[in-house]
Amino acid sequence: MVSESLVDLSRLQFAATAMYHFLFVPLTLGMTWMLVIMESVYVMTGKEVYKDMTRFWGKLFGINFALGVTTGITLEFQFGTNWAYYSHYVGDIFGAPLAIEGLMAFFLESTFIGLFFFGWDRLSRQRHLLVTLLMAIGTNLSALWILIANGWMQNPVGAEFNYVTMRMEMTDFWAVVFNPDAQAKFVHTVSAGYVTGAMFVLSISAWYLLRRKDVEFAKRSFRIAAAFGLASIASVIVLGDESGYMVGEAQQTKMAAIEAMWETEPAPAGLNLIALPNEAGMRNDFEIKLPWIMGLIGTRSVSKQIPGIVEIKEKNRERIISGIEAVQRLEALRKNPADAELKARFAERKDDLGFGLLLKKYTKDVSAATPEMIEKAVNDTVPRVSPLFWSFRLMVGLGFAMLALFGFAAWYSVKGSFADHRWLLSAAVWSLPMPWLACELGWFVAEYGRQPWTIYGVLPTHLSVSTLTVGSLYGSIAGFVGFYTILLIVELYLMVKFARQGPGSLGTGRYANESAHA
Amino acid sequence: MVDYETLKIIWWLLVGVLLVGFAIMDGHDMGVGTLLPFVGRSDTERRVIINTVGPHWDGNQVWFITGGGAIFAAWPLVYATAFSGFYWAMLAVLWALFFRPVGFDYRSKIHDARWRSTWDWGLFVGGAVPPLIFGVAFGNLLQGVPFHFDEYLVSYYTGSFWGLLNPFALVCGVVSTAMITFHGANYLAHRTEGVIQQRAITASTLFGLLFIASFSVAGVWLYFGIDGYVITSAVDGGALANPLAKSVSREAGAWLANYAHAPATIALPLVAYLGALAGIVLARGKHTLTAFVASALCLTGVIGTAGASMFPFVMPSSSDLNSSLTVWDSVSSHLTLSIMFWATLIFMPLIIFYTSWAYSVMAGKVTAGYVKENEHSAY
Repeated sequence: MVSESLVDLSRLQFAATAMYHFLFVPLTLGMTWMLVIMESVYVMTGKEVYKDMTRFWGKLFGINFALGVTTGITLEFQFGTNWAYYSHYVGDIFGAPLAIEGLMAFFLESTFIGLFFFGWDRLSRQRHLLVTLLMAIGTNLSALWILIANGWMQNPVGAEFNYVTMRMEMTDFWAVVFNPDAQAKFVHTVSAGYVTGAMFVLSISAWYLLRRKDVEFAKRSFRIAAAFGLASIASVIVLGDESGYMVGEAQQTKMAAIEAMWETEPAPAGLNLIALPNEAGMRNDFEIKLPWIMGLIGTRSVSKQIPGIVEIKEKNRERIISGIEAVQRLEALRKNPADAELKARFAERKDDLGFGLLLKKYTKDVSAATPEMIEKAVNDTVPRVSPLFWSFRLMVGLGFAMLALFGFAAWYSVKGSFADHRWLLSAAVWSLPMPWLACELGWFVAEYGRQPWTIYGVLPTHLSVSTLTVGSLYGSIAGFVGFYTILLIVELYLMVKFARQGPGSLGTGRYANESAHA
Repeated sequence: MVDYETLKIIWWLLVGVLLVGFAIMDGHDMGVGTLLPFVGRSDTERRVIINTVGPHWDGNQVWFITGGGAIFAAWPLVYATAFSGFYWAMLAVLWALFFRPVGFDYRSKIHDARWRSTWDWGLFVGGAVPPLIFGVAFGNLLQGVPFHFDEYLVSYYTGSFWGLLNPFALVCGVVSTAMITFHGANYLAHRTEGVIQQRAITASTLFGLLFIASFSVAGVWLYFGIDGYVITSAVDGGALANPLAKSVSREAGAWLANYAHAPATIALPLVAYLGALAGIVLARGKHTLTAFVASALCLTGVIGTAGASMFPFVMPSSSDLNSSLTVWDSVSSHLTLSIMFWATLIFMPLIIFYTSWAYSVMAGKVTAGYVKENEHSAY
């Protein structure tokens, strides 16, 4: 049996390195399009200031991008190093989008990013714009394939277990690609990235305006960021609602936990605006409920019921008991792979195999599971409610706060008076961390909400790890903490240095702070 | 759909192509990184060297990432077993690679000698450590690695990190580092002029000769001292992938048997030698582009030699022979291999096309004048 601490440490390492990676990804996703917009205006109008904008914001983008690349490789490595059984068990499906990401997207992005920075004097304006555009397309395609892989973890379609190879195998590639979960996640996630890029430019431009520095440059940047940001945050919220709907179809468990919905309610269910979830008592000690809303978001109907946690657990109990039988039948079949009757008997219970494997956390021999073990496994099938409930609400709250900010920013941009409203500029400066916080919370909800599975309903998390020693995990975590701390300090130092200096860092002679250049 | 057995062989070749692509493309900028602190003696010289690969290292690194992804998709058991088994070696590669993106992008953003020198050594680590470890890893694959599977196909690695650093593996590490640095030196000679070019040519000769010597030592050692592996049960190439369904034995000289079965494969080590010799001579004659092509051929020959010696084995197990991973039984399903084959066939030519375009846009010598003119945008 795999030790608990090995599983916990592997999870900790993955969560920490993935969330760290996602400090850099959303800004990359958003900035590439901001750069395309700025450079398009340059090519169309020929105004030098737009070229300077593209180059200056591009410089900050480059500082961020370097760490995005650095920390992205960690994640690819980690599936193999720390999650070997996962890699074996689902590599047949999961590996394909990752490899296609490299072939189709990451090559494109990484090849053209070099020309973006170094090609200004060697390419015509139009060609350089094409390079920037291809870089942006590559970046976004990259997110698409990664989220197809991640969407499959949430909703494993187009695949089937094979008892000979002892793993999941792809049966329908297009079902994996057009997985509704993946598509909803993709649009929601890239939009969140666009918001991050917009907020970055908006905040820093507002800071220049507050200091009356490089005013023309900052005003133009602010306007573009306000318009792009408003469109993006609207799309995050609308498409986030769409992924709420998908969660409802594929993963009722996550939704019930996010909403602290213990009992199944008559349709359409109400939405808990605020509640104090009581995990032990399986109830809320306090709640403020908005009638109907939950049912509408979750099912797009007024008549379909959404199951509560209690009901979900009871269904899972049945599947776990059936899963014990599935594991036994699989083991018998593996010993006599040619036996047609064993094959048929396994096929009957195949769909519950994952639920049987949940018991592996408590016993090596699943058929010897005691009622207490089954009870524990049943309780495992729903993640802890409070962290999900609050993270989700905080994320949504941040989303609406950003909607308000971008709304005002866009409104006063249209009126042309934004630079005179110091409250607006200050609000924009202080809002800088918001999109990052919201993105991290979003990932937490998505991934913590999938527990106890790595592949929902198919492969339990505790079986997915590599057979490493706990000492190796402590050692590698210590290494990552050390490297990542130093890298973050260096990155922030450079980012702050160049953001403070502003477009003067280009050394064109047209801006403030030229003398301070490096 | 192409039949399963053929696809398994195609994927063995494609993994080879990706490794060769990685060695040629990422290899040359890693070689440049290794040479950086030695060939570049002033800040301007070092900036010249860095800017020869500045616009390209990122795209080149994707060969590595895609190679990893392709092994994940096409040989999931190899990916799982090798990455978790070689845990600390893989982390060392990863952590060495950390120095590259930040080293390239951050180094020249600050005017400070200590800052810049720190990143220069970081780029050296990022250039020298990965090829060294890959060579060591291949040295261990050739000897077999201690791992086994249980009935659920969970892999257990029973060796240690220090066990990987055995003498034969270290020689293979030298082979790999020497050939990559040699290749990087030829690239650097092509993209620079004057004193930097002169030093790069000297490095090309030095590492080319080191490669020839170490490759010969490894070959002789392999011939006399390393037992190969043989599948002793019947092979059904079209069968579902189950690594526990075969029997394997270890035999002296088995790694050379393929050359007897398919004499054409002897061309591979020959190409490695001829490529190295030609690369040295051409670089000395300042035919730097053809020297680069020659060292690229040399790399192809070396990787081909390792692959051809071990075929059909990919990762033999020294502790539980039957758990060994081969091209027949460590692969993905028929459908996944087929999809990945088509994806590679479509995208690889596109990648080669736009990568070539990117190099042609940036073609020409990088000079001290270029670095000074682009003080604020060059690396």
